[in-house]
Amino acid sequence: MLNRRTILLGGLAAPLAAPLVLRHGLAAEPVRIGMTQPLTGVVAASGNYVANGAKAAVAVLNRAGGVLGRPIELVLEDNKSNPREAVAAAEKLMLRDRVPVMIGAWSSTFTLAILPKLLEYKVPMIVETSSAARITTSGNPWVFRIAPTSEMEALAFAELLPKFSPPIRKIDFLSVNNDFGRGATEKYGAVLGAKGIPTGRAETMTPEATDLSAQLTALKQSDSDTLFVTTGVEQLTLALRQAIEQRVNKRLISTGGSFPDQLLHNPLPAGQSSDHILFYAPWFPELARHPEVARAYTDEWNRNGWEFAGLTEGFRGYDAVLTAAAAIAGAGKPEAEAIRQALWKVDVKGVNGDIRFFKEGPAGQESGQNHPNAYVVRLADGKATLI
Amino acid sequence: MMDQALQHLVNGTVLGGTYALLGIGLTLIFGVMRVVNFTHGELYAFGAYMVYALVSLLGLNFYLSLVLATLLGVALGALVELVLLRPLRHADIDSVMLVMIGAALVLQNTEMWVWGGVAKMVPTPFVGTPLVVGPVSVLPLRLFVFAVAVALLVGFWLLLDRTRIGTAMRATFQDPQTASLMGVRVGLVHTMTFALGSGLAAAAGALLGPVFVVSPTMGDLVGLKAFAIVILGGLGNLPGAAIGGFALGYVEEFGAGYLSTEYRDAFGFLLIILVLAIRPQGLVAARERIG
Repeated sequence: MLNRRTILLGGLAAPLAAPLVLRHGLAAEPVRIGMTQPLTGVVAASGNYVANGAKAAVAVLNRAGGVLGRPIELVLEDNKSNPREAVAAAEKLMLRDRVPVMIGAWSSTFTLAILPKLLEYKVPMIVETSSAARITTSGNPWVFRIAPTSEMEALAFAELLPKFSPPIRKIDFLSVNNDFGRGATEKYGAVLGAKGIPTGRAETMTPEATDLSAQLTALKQSDSDTLFVTTGVEQLTLALRQAIEQRVNKRLISTGGSFPDQLLHNPLPAGQSSDHILFYAPWFPELARHPEVARAYTDEWNRNGWEFAGLTEGFRGYDAVLTAAAAIAGAGKPEAEAIRQALWKVDVKGVNGDIRFFKEGPAGQESGQNHPNAYVVRLADGKATLI
Repeated sequence: MMDQALQHLVNGTVLGGTYALLGIGLTLIFGVMRVVNFTHGELYAFGAYMVYALVSLLGLNFYLSLVLATLLGVALGALVELVLLRPLRHADIDSVMLVMIGAALVLQNTEMWVWGGVAKMVPTPFVGTPLVVGPVSVLPLRLFVFAVAVALLVGFWLLLDRTRIGTAMRATFQDPQTASLMGVRVGLVHTMTFALGSGLAAAAGALLGPVFVVSPTMGDLVGLKAFAIVILGGLGNLPGAAIGGFALGYVEEFGAGYLSTEYRDAFGFLLIILVLAIRPQGLVAARERIG
């Protein structure tokens, strides 16, 4: 209950506080950026890393004055590693939170589920991770992808083929049974097939699977020399460890930017190594296209005390927020259609490299696609080296 | 070809041992209490998180942590029985099922709240290099898990067959009213049964957590598989649950190895459909009417 003393103090404080409220409260209403990631469920590690990257970018940008003279607010929703939940999270962001731009949704399956809602509510989304080609070829003008497609990734990897010794002669695949995994199997198979490297066996696993012994025993029978593994961080770690258990004596390469960070602390047995196609190699920030951006990102990440290995995926969220902020600044107002138009004109210096969009998909309904950089990092005895 | 078959056989046996452990706990609770325990998968996850906390956060010895995690599972099971199930002793099976579904949701969300959504790994004293015998290889950790699972199954059988509490449990299993008239404290038997069944689920989680990864949703698929095992073996049938566990392990392993890895989890459920069509009472159970 209010007593006389409280009212008196309140009365004295109000005239003093009013200018502050006007300057920082009303005048500085935040600009909202919506984001949906798998913060729980089978690919939660990756989702949390990407979300942390986005938070880091928001902190860095806000310290520099925000956007349009207003602070940025990240509205984050968990899609629970589930496409149905991804749609619900996106609808909540667009309808209730009324965000003028979104970032999401990690897995291609979750992103593809959200696409019709972008058309329905006319809100642009920056796709930070998903690699399925259909995302930017299905005729959705509200989609802008900064991540590479599986084909882009495979083409970038193909350029590095001469660096592998002994050379890669025949390949197998172990992929998660969703758009992400199937897309990687198809595109890597096609691109490397065109280079004269045939595919032996292609096995799949459900996203929830933890025991992969049957798949790996079957793959062991193949005469291929290299096994490509495509899945999220948790399952990737299991696949690599179980491949050693099942004596799958092949070169192990992970695709899609997933990095088995647990193997830094609990490495594979001595003499065993694994290669990882990544889009940011935090061990070598000086080799990034824009080292100063990579350093700012890494510093902010470390300031929060987040796990080092998460930097390999966290940059996606960081670059996505930089892109969204650049588009909002370009639009001059936090409105969906204006931001969509501005996204075509952004030229952002990101952690991965320059972010610019070219058109993909049917004429008049094109989506935006960026052309990111890729690295291959070798992990042996808990140490990373760049190939 | 024979090399591959032998490897699948070993993989299926190791997997089947832990499936049997899961199935026994669930079927015991159903057999004695007529409770469909939807928290079984969550108690499995609880065991895994406890071993993670004890080893990684408190720095306790790995083997001691396995024992403590199992005992904590027993304690949680006893708590669930005393707080949730005892007041519902005479309630209909539907009400009890709804309460157990609610309890499972609460447990899973509590795990998510406490530990976060990101999976954890449990360090073990075992080397990561596999033991190789001819064409077959297996990790020492998996062998240890299998050995402990078999020891627990044997120990549990001895408990039921050779001790007073085991006799009381079997008596309650057969006829609770007559058991009560003969002086068996049915309430205490129920609490002990639920606690022991929960302890077995927690033990399975504590054993398999270090083999795989520990996450809040790890109990979902496992809970489903535990039901599959119990249905395969016959509801409330202890040897049936053990046989069902191994059957599921082999079917998954050989089905994925020779037919399709894509449908690995589906093979177990196809087997259930087949068993239910041909032998609705399960592989081992005698025909009986429940409820």
